[in-house]
Amino acid sequence: MTAVATTGHAEPSYLVDTGKRKGIAAWLTTTDHKRIALLYLYAMVVFFLVGMGIGVAMRLVQLHSLQHMMKPQTYNALFTLHGVIMIFLFVIPGVPAVFGNFLLPILIGAKDVAFPKLNLATWYFFMAGGIIAVAALFTGGGPPDTGWSFYAPFSVRTGTNVTLAVFGAFVLGFSSMLTGVNFITTIHRLRAPGMGWFRMPLFCWGLYATSWIQILATPIVAITLVLVILDRLFGVGLFDPSKGGDPLLYQHLFWIYSHPAVYIMILPAMGVISEVMPTFCKRPIFGYKAIAFSSLSIAGVGSLVWAHHMFTSGMSEFANMIFALLTMIVAIPSAIKVFNWTSTMYKGSIDFQPPLLYALTFIFLFCIGGLTGIMNGTLAINVHIHDTYFIVGHFHYVMFGGTGFGFFTALLYWFPKMFGKNYSKRWAYVAWVPMFIGFNMLYFTMLVLGLQGMPRRYWTHLPQFDTGHVVATVGSWFLATGLVLFFANFVWAIFKGSEAEDNPWGGVTLEWQIPSPPPVENFEEIPTITHGPYEFSKESHA
Amino acid sequence: MSDGTNAVTGHAAEHPGYRTFILVWVALLLLTAALVGLSHLGQSYAVLGLLTITPLKAALVFYFFMHLKYESTLFKGVLFVTLATLLIFFALLFADVAFR
Amino acid sequence: MSDAIAQGAAGAHAHGEHRDDVGARLGMWLFLVTEIVLFGGLFLAYSYMRYLYPVEFHEGGQQLNVTIGVINTVILLTSSLTMVLSLVAIQRADLFKAKLFVGTTVVLGLAFLVNKGFEWAAKFHHGLYPSSEHMATLPHGEQVFFSLYFTMTGLHGVHVLVGISVLTWVLTLIARGRITPDRYVLQENAGLYWHLVDVVWIYLLPLFYLAA
Repeated sequence: MTAVATTGHAEPSYLVDTGKRKGIAAWLTTTDHKRIALLYLYAMVVFFLVGMGIGVAMRLVQLHSLQHMMKPQTYNALFTLHGVIMIFLFVIPGVPAVFGNFLLPILIGAKDVAFPKLNLATWYFFMAGGIIAVAALFTGGGPPDTGWSFYAPFSVRTGTNVTLAVFGAFVLGFSSMLTGVNFITTIHRLRAPGMGWFRMPLFCWGLYATSWIQILATPIVAITLVLVILDRLFGVGLFDPSKGGDPLLYQHLFWIYSHPAVYIMILPAMGVISEVMPTFCKRPIFGYKAIAFSSLSIAGVGSLVWAHHMFTSGMSEFANMIFALLTMIVAIPSAIKVFNWTSTMYKGSIDFQPPLLYALTFIFLFCIGGLTGIMNGTLAINVHIHDTYFIVGHFHYVMFGGTGFGFFTALLYWFPKMFGKNYSKRWAYVAWVPMFIGFNMLYFTMLVLGLQGMPRRYWTHLPQFDTGHVVATVGSWFLATGLVLFFANFVWAIFKGSEAEDNPWGGVTLEWQIPSPPPVENFEEIPTITHGPYEFSKESHA
Repeated sequence: MSDGTNAVTGHAAEHPGYRTFILVWVALLLLTAALVGLSHLGQSYAVLGLLTITPLKAALVFYFFMHLKYESTLFKGVLFVTLATLLIFFALLFADVAFR
Repeated sequence: MSDAIAQGAAGAHAHGEHRDDVGARLGMWLFLVTEIVLFGGLFLAYSYMRYLYPVEFHEGGQQLNVTIGVINTVILLTSSLTMVLSLVAIQRADLFKAKLFVGTTVVLGLAFLVNKGFEWAAKFHHGLYPSSEHMATLPHGEQVFFSLYFTMTGLHGVHVLVGISVLTWVLTLIARGRITPDRYVLQENAGLYWHLVDVVWIYLLPLFYLAA
């Protein structure tokens, strides 16, 4: 690294109000990508905890002693809400909106994203969408009971407030699409001199691939949700068999977005792991180009597999076979990443720290999720496990064990940079224990229950599934405990943590060359890049 | 820039003038007339027009009116990826609907 | 490529501000990608349903007014011309023509909407609208055809309206000197949006009026 002045402590950090406005007004009108990242973070942690609370409640009702704590209709509303909140308000935006916003400009040596005002607008779209979705709970016919997938014709006919909830999701889509527009332009136009594409950190490649999915897939769900609203309000019956419509058309259009959406969820999280592994193994990532291209391949092929959610829906046999084949193919680039991360550890100088522990946990949990995904993609197995707890276990392993833990890893890695404070490493380790145990008690058991035949989205269950449900519910308590400890650590650190160094982990990418927390414009002078992102020399260990 | 590209606006040194665009507009009107004429010949001719003349009209608008001809390869790539994606969605969708 | 950025950046940083016209246009094109895919979803639905109901789609198409459709096509194509001519004008520092052409584009856009209004009103008058009693008596395929007709031309109309609003705003910016011969990327981007609206209509014409 050359030409980066590190006397930045003379400049105030981005957390200090230096403009005309102060306090909340300064934050709500900011165009600083770092502040916008924190706005997203605070909102998302709240949404996550609400979603988690709903999850805990859903598990409680499966205990026979508590089975009458809610009506079945309430349970239907809860699982719908749990899905909508977790998916649209946490897992999809999570890593890009928080860590992408904060880190992308810094990692490429820029002062901000290409369109800072648009960036702020995306946060307002996010908040508006979230508030509209919450308003759907208390207005109209009450909270939707369709599941987060809003399948027609039920979603078109049910009396619950699907219209408003779906409109909320529509508004949220703008946040996602416009973030994609911003990041793609930023990466093409604002890389520092000397930073060719293959000198960019891999997190940026992950964000780039994700952004393409965001702009190419999200509009499809936007129009699909609009069609649901038009059907409910005006009787435009494209999905309604009584008017010549086809429910399968809904499913196709819905999944054309919602499958690529899971790659929006996972690619940035994978990018985080690609950053963490080199830093804590003190050596360059194994197979940089393979990881970069695998991100693009996952985005590309992942857009072609959507109907593997529809194997039992009545599609043609031919389509079933094509989509099953494509589903097998999309596993390959993901596997390449896993091989490359683990290979990075070989002959590395391992520095065992909380980010590394959680990154390794990501790899473990994601592998289970990915392998169960291959099982789901096998037609002969799918017939038996579709709409069972096996699916629920699978997607929690990839979305929670994958993206969730990727988010946690990112927080552990970049928190000192973002806030200039140190969290307690001991409590990060302590929180991990109940999280890991609880997670597997909860979701591995679901895999077993699913194979045994337990259907999903049922408010109660047959006696033969009792044991499994009790194990899962107790697991949910461990998991929730771990999560609360995990987040409490950071809340404590913001107020009481010791001051963090500029480079607490001995990383070599650009964010570690500037102060913690960074100054408003990131760099005193835009650096000139002269080598790749993961060059560790003998004396760079912190 | 050695090729005359303006460093600030990214525009080529030579801007196309009124005449170029008026000619494109005339072409678009003629193609529209051809399309209407074709469709009077019958259903399959109309579909032929839909599949050939219509994309040509769209291409003229993209290429000239929207300046795509004068922008860098990146912009053409962006449009290409988008249209290719839609085409693939279409093909895979029909793997279902056409084989039921 | 990075040389280009560095040189462009040097030019744009001359006055301490960050200006990147190519980036601004790139961002606009990426936004247009989302619009293409938005309408693309409806085109997917159209092709799906047309495959299922070829005869009924033809019957439905017979009930549409080809003349209005073609007139509206000519209107929009001409409005695209005037839009791009306004850019030539601003490049040549002819502010009067720039405003004239933008204004004409707006007027043509309004004419399009007025025609569309008459067209839809005629349909409603004949009891042809979603959920009408008459609609319910039609064969399923025709119901689907008209659902798609109203949805697609309706969504397109909304975009025409947005385009008209944006272009009116652009007109005021030129008048106030906020868009100048040295700095007109906003006008270019508004033009890109307008042209895309035209492209969508280029497809809607045969899909509904000519080749149904």
